[in-house]
Amino acid sequence: MADEPLVLGIETSCDETGVGIVRGHTLLADAVASSVEEHARFGGVVPEVASRAHLEAMVPTIRRALKDAGVAASDLDGIAVTAGPGLAGALLVGVSAAKAYAYALGKPLYGVNHLASHICVDQLEHGALPEPTMALLVSGGHSSLLLTTDITSDVRPLGSTIDDAAGEAFDKVARVLGLGFPGGPAVDRYARDGDPKAIRFPRGLTGPRDPVYDFSFSGLKTAVARWVEERRREGADVPIADVAASFQEAVTDVLTRKAIRACKDHGVEHLMIGGGVAANSRLRAMAQRRCADAGIELRVPRPKLCTDNGAMVAALGAEMVARGRSASDWDLPADSSLPVTEPHVPGRTPATAPGHHH
Amino acid sequence: MLLLALDTATPAVTVALHDGRDAVAHSTVVDARRHGELLLPAVDRVLTRAGAVVGDLTGIVVGVGPGPYTGLRVGLVTAASLGDALGVPVHGLCTLDGLAYAARDGGLTGPFTVATDARRKEVYWARYDDAGARVTEPAVDRPADIAAQVAGAPAVGAGAALYPEVFPDVRPPAHQDAAALAALAAGKLARGEEFPPALPLYLRRPDAQVPAGYKQVLPK
Ligand SMILES: [Zn+2]
Repeated sequence: MADEPLVLGIETSCDETGVGIVRGHTLLADAVASSVEEHARFGGVVPEVASRAHLEAMVPTIRRALKDAGVAASDLDGIAVTAGPGLAGALLVGVSAAKAYAYALGKPLYGVNHLASHICVDQLEHGALPEPTMALLVSGGHSSLLLTTDITSDVRPLGSTIDDAAGEAFDKVARVLGLGFPGGPAVDRYARDGDPKAIRFPRGLTGPRDPVYDFSFSGLKTAVARWVEERRREGADVPIADVAASFQEAVTDVLTRKAIRACKDHGVEHLMIGGGVAANSRLRAMAQRRCADAGIELRVPRPKLCTDNGAMVAALGAEMVARGRSASDWDLPADSSLPVTEPHVPGRTPATAPGHHH
Repeated sequence: MLLLALDTATPAVTVALHDGRDAVAHSTVVDARRHGELLLPAVDRVLTRAGAVVGDLTGIVVGVGPGPYTGLRVGLVTAASLGDALGVPVHGLCTLDGLAYAARDGGLTGPFTVATDARRKEVYWARYDDAGARVTEPAVDRPADIAAQVAGAPAVGAGAALYPEVFPDVRPPAHQDAAALAALAAGKLARGEEFPPALPLYLRRPDAQVPAGYKQVLPK
């Protein structure tokens, strides 16, 4: 529908320079420039390398998104940007660019929350987000269970990791096995040929007295390293596929078990899974089966929309416009620890009519 | 013509408008930690003061450093984005040249050095001749290591003032003012001179530790 808000979204919280354009729930463009290859030799994201890459990629990626979408910048109804959480210096590049485009084009600016964006992106795949929705966000930076009744104003954290993010555990196990960085896709690939029951790795925080919705992957990661080292010390071959499959099984078992428990406890019938780890094939399959058994409708966006991208930011921005939320001010800060409970950073003066600008 | 000049490569967040004859409005706030929050409001403020709107701009000039990276990028990405959205050219200028121009404008004669704070006990610096032309490439060094090269001439900039043993004769201005950058650019434009690209002068490689293998967890 032509009267749905046309919004451009900018994402620079980590190592992807993402620019997306949406009209309401319709994806028009999803341009991403990644610096992941520059980080690979360091075995993790180097903040300064990421920030430099964002600066280089920003204007070309915006141009590419506008071209892909076939829209003129002047037609936009707003510009959204990840205001946090994320790497401070990386966020600042995107926030500064968003302000400059919004100011020059006379469009409202919406500084939005990266985590809420990961949830809202599903509107581009499966239509309007059911209210309430339970969200399991899993990536190299986050592992959270979130309950939302209105993605523009109400996101409640139920649980999160108490140590490593799920994606970090994948990276570290991949390093132990010598599979390279980033670890998620490599572990997934090797695990396909392995036996997930070969080794019984521990399931963190699943005891009767443990926090119900929190996660812990540090013990699992250490257990995998210990198991592999013991084999190497004995001079035995390490069955890489079996280790990968058994580790992956432990992670996805805990994630899906806790997510479904949260849905049941809160009477929520819809579960969405987002973040880079949502691209994991075993997690998708296990969640599908367990949700079906529990009578819960599962929504997982296609892998490209699960990893960090600008379309998810645009999706949340469009929802902000549609619901008449206040635009952000020109002094919008990049907030590396923006709380998940703040889906966006409203300005000090309330929203005026749509099309509000300075 | 209406030129917007901005520079965030030093603790100063500085913005100015130049109409080809004079700087018609400017704003400088010294706050090394809030470049991202202060810059766009400052752009809005100078345009309002000059009775202009952003669509009136005919070009943008930006200080390309050298300077601490996080702040430096705020100015560069803002300039590039404004330029792209407005369809106007973006010109780069060395930040140190802006300080040199302001110092000469303030009456400094003879050769001199410009030095800004590079943190980690280093300065970004360059030398200028008695005509105000830069005679060295911008560099980053420990003051003690360049003492011989800068001896005997006055120095300009807040970076010089941090190291009185190497820079005993410090002259104003302490801080960058985009009005000077704008005037320098307006002159270059009028003379049809080339500008350096609007790309950052980092001068240092990114800090990045290569993890030394994974940490062994079993006792050795
Ligand atoms: Zn993310």
